[in-house]
Amino acid sequence: MPGHHIIVGGGLAGLTAAMKLAEQGEEVDLFSIVPVKRSHSVCAQGGINGAVNTKGEGDSPMIHFDDTIYGGDFLAHQPPVKAMCEAAPAIIYLFDRMGVMFNRTPEGLLDFRRFGGTKHHRTAFAGATTGQQLLYALDEQVRRYEAAGLVRKFEGWEMLSLVQDESGDCRGIVAIDTRSLEMRAFPADTTMIATGGPGLVFGRSTQSLVNTGSAVSACYQAGATYANGEFIQVHPTAMQGEDKFRLISESIRGEGGRVWCYRDSKPWYFLEEMYPAYGNLVPRDIATRAIHKVVFDMKLGIDGQPLVYLDVSHLDPEELNRKVAGVLEIYEKFAGQDPRKVPMKIFPAMHYSMGGLWVDYHQQTNVPGLFAAGECEFQYHGANRLGANSLLSCMHGGNIAEPAMIGYAKSKKSAASSTIFDQELKLQRESFDKIFKMNGPENAFALWRELGDIMTENVTVVRHNDKLKLTDDRLIEFKERWGKIGLNDKGKWANQEVLFVRQLWNMLELARPITLGALNRNESRGAHFKPDFPERDDANFMKTTMAAWSSDGPRFCWEPVDVSLIKPRPRRYDVEKSASEPKAA
Amino acid sequence: MPEKTQVLRIKRQETPNSEPYYEEFEIPFLGNHNIISMLMEIRRNPVTRQGKRVAPVVFDANCLEEVCGSCTMVINGRVRQGCSQLAEDLNGPVTVEPMTKFPVIRDLWVDRSKMFDALKKAHAWIPIDGTYDLGPGPRMAPSVQEFAYLFSRCMTCGCCLEACPQVNAHSKFMGAAVIGQVYLMSQHQTGKMNLDERLDAMMSEGGVADCGNAQNCVEVCPKEIPLTTAIGAVGRQTSIKWLRDLFMK
Repeated sequence: MPGHHIIVGGGLAGLTAAMKLAEQGEEVDLFSIVPVKRSHSVCAQGGINGAVNTKGEGDSPMIHFDDTIYGGDFLAHQPPVKAMCEAAPAIIYLFDRMGVMFNRTPEGLLDFRRFGGTKHHRTAFAGATTGQQLLYALDEQVRRYEAAGLVRKFEGWEMLSLVQDESGDCRGIVAIDTRSLEMRAFPADTTMIATGGPGLVFGRSTQSLVNTGSAVSACYQAGATYANGEFIQVHPTAMQGEDKFRLISESIRGEGGRVWCYRDSKPWYFLEEMYPAYGNLVPRDIATRAIHKVVFDMKLGIDGQPLVYLDVSHLDPEELNRKVAGVLEIYEKFAGQDPRKVPMKIFPAMHYSMGGLWVDYHQQTNVPGLFAAGECEFQYHGANRLGANSLLSCMHGGNIAEPAMIGYAKSKKSAASSTIFDQELKLQRESFDKIFKMNGPENAFALWRELGDIMTENVTVVRHNDKLKLTDDRLIEFKERWGKIGLNDKGKWANQEVLFVRQLWNMLELARPITLGALNRNESRGAHFKPDFPERDDANFMKTTMAAWSSDGPRFCWEPVDVSLIKPRPRRYDVEKSASEPKAA
Repeated sequence: MPEKTQVLRIKRQETPNSEPYYEEFEIPFLGNHNIISMLMEIRRNPVTRQGKRVAPVVFDANCLEEVCGSCTMVINGRVRQGCSQLAEDLNGPVTVEPMTKFPVIRDLWVDRSKMFDALKKAHAWIPIDGTYDLGPGPRMAPSVQEFAYLFSRCMTCGCCLEACPQVNAHSKFMGAAVIGQVYLMSQHQTGKMNLDERLDAMMSEGGVADCGNAQNCVEVCPKEIPLTTAIGAVGRQTSIKWLRDLFMK
């Protein structure tokens, strides 16, 4: 008997798991709010890392491993990161075999570019739309299994909650058809969450509109531990928009782009001056804080606004078109200026959550039968993610979950009683009935904007304890105001507002472990920066934050970090990394 | 209201079978607004120009960077993504309508599942032996990659179907997008090996022969994919296969 599995989310991680499970003859129900081909993975621009060493630079998976751990400021458990870096070359080769149109060298081999936080050409890329290309390759493979009857897709369906048995084990999910608003319970031997990041908790970010974090929040509220939520990556270079902040990929700097602002009426290439060893290719947290400093402390933003230049106008336009046309087109389309001629205006924006559902080394959460992969889990990036490691971690997480999910399905002997499904379905129906009756003065979308504004202001680049505390107070107040929302749309068909009201509640719940996790961590590490505690404090904080939901707010405990493979050392980018490495005994 | 405003005239439809109607909204003009950010503005205050409080406009959108294809709609009579239609490029009131070649779910949200069905029918995938480690894929000249990459950016948005006169209620034509994908697969060494399967689909009902050569697809494609090149090439491949099948029988 094949096992029966649910995967929630059809981006890179979810599609990988679906493909791997189907290849083993397992049955998969794949749930996605949007058609899987429109998942947020399409937004990844720059590439995917793997130490294939085709440039004669002596690169190796061990150096990739060290760059990742060092870039993550020694907060990631080291064994799974090592396994990921070792698996990376084979992952890139698999995509190559699946037909991804990676850029090539003159000899016809895969080409690699440089990315932040490394000295090696380690990033395979397909123009500047690598995430889109990788997603499409997986989408095609999963479609092949769909045609063969092994994968059933539920596109346009949103997961609402987990179905758990008496012992708390996950036995399936309740989901809603976003068109008919029909709710159904779906049993499964295992369930995987692969729903990406919580960008919408920060209002506008570089993430897509489906990235509410709602499914993850539902799992957290059902007992799944949320880990390292305070580690939010702010990407240094994004366009500022009314609807979202559009990413300008790190590949722009990888191909020679320079960041500057005017100082004494002359261009000042501040990253190159502050960090001579890595220059414009310092990791994202470092670049973000440098931009913040020149804009807010030194008041050197363009025309006094929070903007600096990202410049490629000195580079060969044809070379740019071959390698990063997709990125430049986005700027051209949304700013109406040609970045090949005029420097781009950019500012940092919330981009990625290093934190997420706690998982073990086999991608299983603390809820038995519930797995997670991709951005929605916490495992691979420590306190700061290196560029082009996210696509890799999605694929790797999906890969290694497959045998664990099959193993779990085989070990589960007894069938779940049908009453647990009926009960959960009833609960969800009641909660929607309540939302349909809401007729207060608040507008859900306006409330969401307030949430995003305060989270962006206080819980991103620079963190102060008084402002974090104030933010948490506001979150509690927002939860009260949520109860006073008035529904403008009472329709029972394709009602996006009623779905959003529920997502907003889940965002509010998830915002608390993010904010309070930051409040608790009195140090600066990776993306988490507190001016009052400017140094990393390994003695007190080299540990994973673990948040458990309770009706009184998150309860915290901490887990030690496995640093058994690389000894922690200070993280510096003003000097060569080798110079900061301890001397071998 | 500030001095400058933008008027949106939106075609609405409550259910797939109900009658469509238009509603007008007036929102403050902001230079960096686009159609989606204006629809978001309406969600925060869903009141028509006439002062009537209504249900917020339902729309399909996701990445807002013109790479996911979701927010495709008809803006002032032209099909495109709403996210990349900047307010500053609009002159006067703008009419926003759902695409007409797909069933409306509600308001601006349409059901494009027939495009994904076409990809299934056309076997638009590389039939790899397995996902286990078999080393790198075939080598490829940079020139081949650069050409194929143009087709690999198709985001199944549906602009080419919307603009095509051959895609209509009386025809089964699958449209240009899937033909572009069949052509893309034939650029890859492994993909070539089962080209015949895909050509069979292209020779069946709704296949490449239904193209009427209007060439609207290539005009409206937001990614400037050379779709007519693909249609020409796949057309020739099917003719050759047809002859070959004739003599092999």
